[in-house]
Amino acid sequence: MAISREEVLHVAKLARLALDEDELERLTAELDKILDAVGVVAELDLADVAPTPHPLDLIDVWAEDEPHESLPPEDVFANAPSEEARQFRVPAWEQ
Amino acid sequence: MGAVVDTLRLTAEEAKALLERGELSGAELREAYFEAIAERDGELHCFLRTVAEPDGEGVPIALKDVISTKGVETTAGSKILAGYVPPFDSTVAARVKAAGLPLLGKTNTDEFAMGSSTENSAWGPSRNPWDPNRVPGGSGGGSSAAVTAGMTPWALGSDTGGSIKQPSALCGNVGLRPTYGTVSRYGVVAFASSLDQVGPVAKTVRDAALLYSIIAGRDPCDSTTVELPEPVRLPEGDSLAGVRVGVPTELNEAEGIEPGVKEAVEQAIALAQGLGAEVGECSLPRAVRYGMPCYYLIAPAEASSNLARYDGVRYGPRVDGSSYQEMVDRTRDEGFGDEPKRRIMLGTYALSAGYYDAFYGQAQKVRTLLIQEHRDAFERFDLLVCPTSPTVAFRIGERAADPLAMYLSDVLTIPSCLAGLPGLSIPCGLSQGLPVGLQLIGPQFGENTLFRVGHALEHAIGFDTVPERWR
Repeated sequence: MAISREEVLHVAKLARLALDEDELERLTAELDKILDAVGVVAELDLADVAPTPHPLDLIDVWAEDEPHESLPPEDVFANAPSEEARQFRVPAWEQ
Repeated sequence: MGAVVDTLRLTAEEAKALLERGELSGAELREAYFEAIAERDGELHCFLRTVAEPDGEGVPIALKDVISTKGVETTAGSKILAGYVPPFDSTVAARVKAAGLPLLGKTNTDEFAMGSSTENSAWGPSRNPWDPNRVPGGSGGGSSAAVTAGMTPWALGSDTGGSIKQPSALCGNVGLRPTYGTVSRYGVVAFASSLDQVGPVAKTVRDAALLYSIIAGRDPCDSTTVELPEPVRLPEGDSLAGVRVGVPTELNEAEGIEPGVKEAVEQAIALAQGLGAEVGECSLPRAVRYGMPCYYLIAPAEASSNLARYDGVRYGPRVDGSSYQEMVDRTRDEGFGDEPKRRIMLGTYALSAGYYDAFYGQAQKVRTLLIQEHRDAFERFDLLVCPTSPTVAFRIGERAADPLAMYLSDVLTIPSCLAGLPGLSIPCGLSQGLPVGLQLIGPQFGENTLFRVGHALEHAIGFDTVPERWR
């Protein structure tokens, strides 16, 4: 097995997904198969190869720090599930 | 009013000429497309929504639902964005608007552009105009099927690992994935930021080139964009004298390529030779064996980061919980479908402590090799050719239960995407009565070469883009 049920649970916690029991079982089996297939990248000896984060040779793209118009607050909050006094309202953080 | 034009055959260029000569008004043209939508979209389900009274008097357009459109709901095919109405236009939407192209509607996509069939759309699959029991490809199946079905003259899609090229192959039209960095991603719902590119879908190569010229170029809102090194040239002429065409063995002999696909592609290569091109074999030794694995580490890793923003706080539906954490975890579990969850999990795993170097880090190095391999091939050739998809359109449901089988749909489009290179798919014939796509891969910023060769081949092939059942 490339990945265990406990590892899948741990990853779900990192990914902020409240998976149910069925999903957990199915994803463990699927991820196991997928990791097996993508794991072939380990065959290559790439110790001397530099990683590519991005296909363009762009480094340090600068922009002038100029003031510009922002979206009106009413537009920004129009999609909010819950709003109060121009703030996004959410349940309390659990300590 | 009856339809004044045959939208199944009318190209965007012809439509533009009719408008310019005053033979047709913008309103009449739009009406013709809305009639086609009313007639065929019940069967094909290409549109997630249409725009009742679009602005602009030019040639109408449809946009894939990952492209933010001010005031028009944009869901990226996901329940987690249900009801989301962008307060701003993406740069590509703003550019087509500025060019006077009225927006007919938003087209169906696999959820967050993750898929090769549109079956992962939260709003149900689109269907292939050639055979409604088959998929139109994906993720941009809605845009592609809509073009073939005459419901829009052209459309924009987005391509991460094949989501423009593969649907164009399966629906029998022209799709361009541009060079990474030539088209702005600002306001495009992000899947994998080092791979995502917006591009045109059209009936002809000239239409695709024209639409590309409207959307391409540097955008201050996307720091990964660059100016085009040379202006877009609308292709003319049929001669391919002096053009060096490379045939990468691995991409033309890959396991799973159907005999009918291989045959149609070989015929197209022979036609290129007949037009004066110099054809030679070449090798991309790691493209097939390591391309798909490399992609399915890098793209999910980036997706897991990009999709962290969907937390039920600022937009989209929310599932309540007794704490902030419970609200977020439940909202995400309820809002995301199976495929985004699979990729978020895969990407989170590949980036997690203890696995980062072996998976994500290693994949980034494989990407370097793939870039070098392509660069070597372009020392000897002006472009490379191979099938776009190993198969013709598959049946709805055929690959839905097997994620790996679905991932292999893109085995031939993925390598050049990882290398940041442009790719054009044009129809090159039929197999089992279904379209076959020829993929032309260019060097970085090689779009004009792709247009020139694609245009010449399109004429030589003489493919009829209208599905047989509607002729």
